[in-house]
Amino acid sequence: MQFKHNLVAAAALAIASFAPSVGLAQDFEPENPQCIAPSNPGGGWDFICRTTARFLFDLGVMDDTMQVTNMTGGGGGVAFAHVTKERNDDNNLIVAASMSTSARIAQGIYKGASFDDVHWLATFGAEYGAIAVAANSEFQTLNDMMDAILENPKSVGIAGGSSVGSYDHIKPMLLAQAAGMEDVTQVKYVSYSGGGEAMTGLLSGSVQAVSGDFSEMLGFVESGDIRIIGILAPERLKNFPDIATAKEQGYDVIGANWRGLYMPQGASDEAKEFWKQAIMTMAESDDFKAALEAAAIEPFNNFGDDMNAFVQGTIDDVTKLSKEIGIIK
Amino acid sequence: METLSSLADGFAIALTFENLLLALLGCFLGTLMGALPGLGPANGVAILIPIAFSLGLGPTPSLILLTSVYYGAMYGGRISSILLNIPGDEPAMMTCLDGYPMAQQGKAGEALSLSGIASFVGAFFATCGLVLLAPQLVKIALLFGPAEYFVLFTLAFATLGGISSTNQAKSAFAAAFGLGIAMIGSDSQTGSQRFTFDEIHLFDGIDFLIAIVGLFALSEVFIFLEKHRGGSVGHSGDMKIGRLLPNLSVLKRCIPTMGRSSVIGFISGVLPGAGASLGSFLSYSLEKQTVDREGKTFGKGDPRGVVAPEVGNNAASGGALVPMLALGVPGSGTTAVLLAVLLQLNITPGPLLFQKNPDVVWGLIAALFIANFMLLALNIPLVGLFTRVLLVPTRILMPVVAMVSFVGIYSITGSTFDVMLMVGFGILGWVLRKLDVPLVPIILGILLGNEMEVNLRRALTISDGDWGILVGSPLVLILWAVAIIGFVLPIFLSRRVKRNMEAARPSEEIAAGD
Repeated sequence: MQFKHNLVAAAALAIASFAPSVGLAQDFEPENPQCIAPSNPGGGWDFICRTTARFLFDLGVMDDTMQVTNMTGGGGGVAFAHVTKERNDDNNLIVAASMSTSARIAQGIYKGASFDDVHWLATFGAEYGAIAVAANSEFQTLNDMMDAILENPKSVGIAGGSSVGSYDHIKPMLLAQAAGMEDVTQVKYVSYSGGGEAMTGLLSGSVQAVSGDFSEMLGFVESGDIRIIGILAPERLKNFPDIATAKEQGYDVIGANWRGLYMPQGASDEAKEFWKQAIMTMAESDDFKAALEAAAIEPFNNFGDDMNAFVQGTIDDVTKLSKEIGIIK
Repeated sequence: METLSSLADGFAIALTFENLLLALLGCFLGTLMGALPGLGPANGVAILIPIAFSLGLGPTPSLILLTSVYYGAMYGGRISSILLNIPGDEPAMMTCLDGYPMAQQGKAGEALSLSGIASFVGAFFATCGLVLLAPQLVKIALLFGPAEYFVLFTLAFATLGGISSTNQAKSAFAAAFGLGIAMIGSDSQTGSQRFTFDEIHLFDGIDFLIAIVGLFALSEVFIFLEKHRGGSVGHSGDMKIGRLLPNLSVLKRCIPTMGRSSVIGFISGVLPGAGASLGSFLSYSLEKQTVDREGKTFGKGDPRGVVAPEVGNNAASGGALVPMLALGVPGSGTTAVLLAVLLQLNITPGPLLFQKNPDVVWGLIAALFIANFMLLALNIPLVGLFTRVLLVPTRILMPVVAMVSFVGIYSITGSTFDVMLMVGFGILGWVLRKLDVPLVPIILGILLGNEMEVNLRRALTISDGDWGILVGSPLVLILWAVAIIGFVLPIFLSRRVKRNMEAARPSEEIAAGD
């Protein structure tokens, strides 16, 4: 690879001069591109892969259709190990990732995995966490619910679509912390397998609230079955100005679940640049923006150094939090 | 009738030449995929998604293609159960119990057509139920909290005694063994590892398809190897196929079975935590206790033992669409895949789907009816073709079975670890067969163990550790009552049977079963 240094220099130059590096990107043509979704068909990561595959093909970024492979296991750990151990120099591979990926790396759930093991490619969207209650709930505001929890933590069961210690669990614990609770592990969290199941738990009255992502709640809000009492966003959402933030109710908690992709660390620089450009093209297209809006996901773009800094930041945050809360030592 | 006019609109959407062609293609591919062990309906649909998108199909045609595959696979699963004693997918497991004995008695053709008709009845009834009752049924599904689900699974285990009546201790051992295997993997409540020995492939537990294919298909191959070592030629061609269509009196005797099993299957399907396997299992065991209390014909090739699980699993596959469409909660692996397809097409299932996208919903429902008729029309004439499989010499058939097993399992996760695990299960199945331990309770344990545990722990989290929640609602009490009756009744009945053994000749029953 004697050209490598030249190409790195060329890439640096291209980025530094803000010139569109189309010429460079064409040095690499993907062959049989593949996107690994570390979840079952139907999961969130699967959605990332299939959406990306569809848009990259529709936008003409690639001539081949990208194959989507589902590789479940270990909450994404099987796919992570597969990429780092067996496919580390594969130029034609991208993998779906989200907040859960960085949270699990932070909590050591992927055995021996660290931030540097893969090349963090891009984020293209994020959605905020939200706390919802049934339409006929006695809790009108987040304050009502937090007061009830402070008085008797056992009286409020909060369902989430993932296991104990996951981001869905961390969100209500952060709120409790902001509300002045001393031992936040007392927050009663009921783990369901998936956001949809957690929602049935709320609708059937088994639990009093749900902690999840905004998009999975939207349909039930519109049908009038549930109410969102607090969204964990810095300010009210443009399209949903009636939903109050947790921040304005006195709990300075922000919970954003990013959606993005990583690829093998050992892939060539040309390939990394190609995929970066490809995802950028997708993120900037109007159709894609419309699809995100329909799914109630906010555009949220990080590429290159920004992406590295961002993922490192989320890992540090979760590590700190998990230590404070007592999930990891 | 608003519903009927919506349905008519749906038919108008679905009945185009292109859509009918897609339905036919889907039915054919689905039947094929269902018949191959390993390639179940979920994989079948997942494999075909890219095809649907690369053909540039719109939402309704894509859904028609994929739901035809779904229904087709539910039909197809029974074919290998009956002919080879290898379930094509997990709900078809129960069909082995009476289907394979029928084939061995030279009634393979009859068993296949009968199960085809049963599949049709189950699916037809379920689709009608979907049309008329979807919104109301969601309310029933919401009555089931974690405690109710736990007792429902307990009920399945309580009726196990009725299934494998030879030796209760052995079936209890098998069920416990299955539950033990289900404990392997990440604890879904806390995420901590159990019995995984740092092996990342075990983190999500053992996929029950690996266990099914290993225990049923591979152990069959091992038994063949054992019996025919030394190069002797396997028996071939001596298997009779018999008549292809069941006679009317047999069909008539199966009608009450169809009715009961449709209801049980459909309800199991509607409950998101239960699913088709539970539907076929409960249909079979309750049917056995209803019509064959003395354990004389079930398990030995009773046509009703073929009809009950087939009606049950196909009714459940229709029922599973209720929570998927109305709540966005998939009741099975396959509906999870279909859910993904809807999301891809920018259609969000949920409480508003029926109002927001009526064309998609009613087009889909009409497509289900069409697929159902098409499958019946496709399956009955093909019975003759399917039965030819039995004429293939075993020495050729068995290597093919082994190959299909390996390819099928490898295609699920693409990992050689799973293939080795399947071989392990094959050897285990061979040993257990030698010891005359029934295999069905093991699979049931693996299949239901996790959900049973998760729901128990969820219930106890909600009640802050108070076990009273398990008897805390009228529904729970009803389920307990059924479970206890299901457990106790066979014990008393078998005593009575022993007393009457010599007194009454069961000739009439057996003659009717023949």
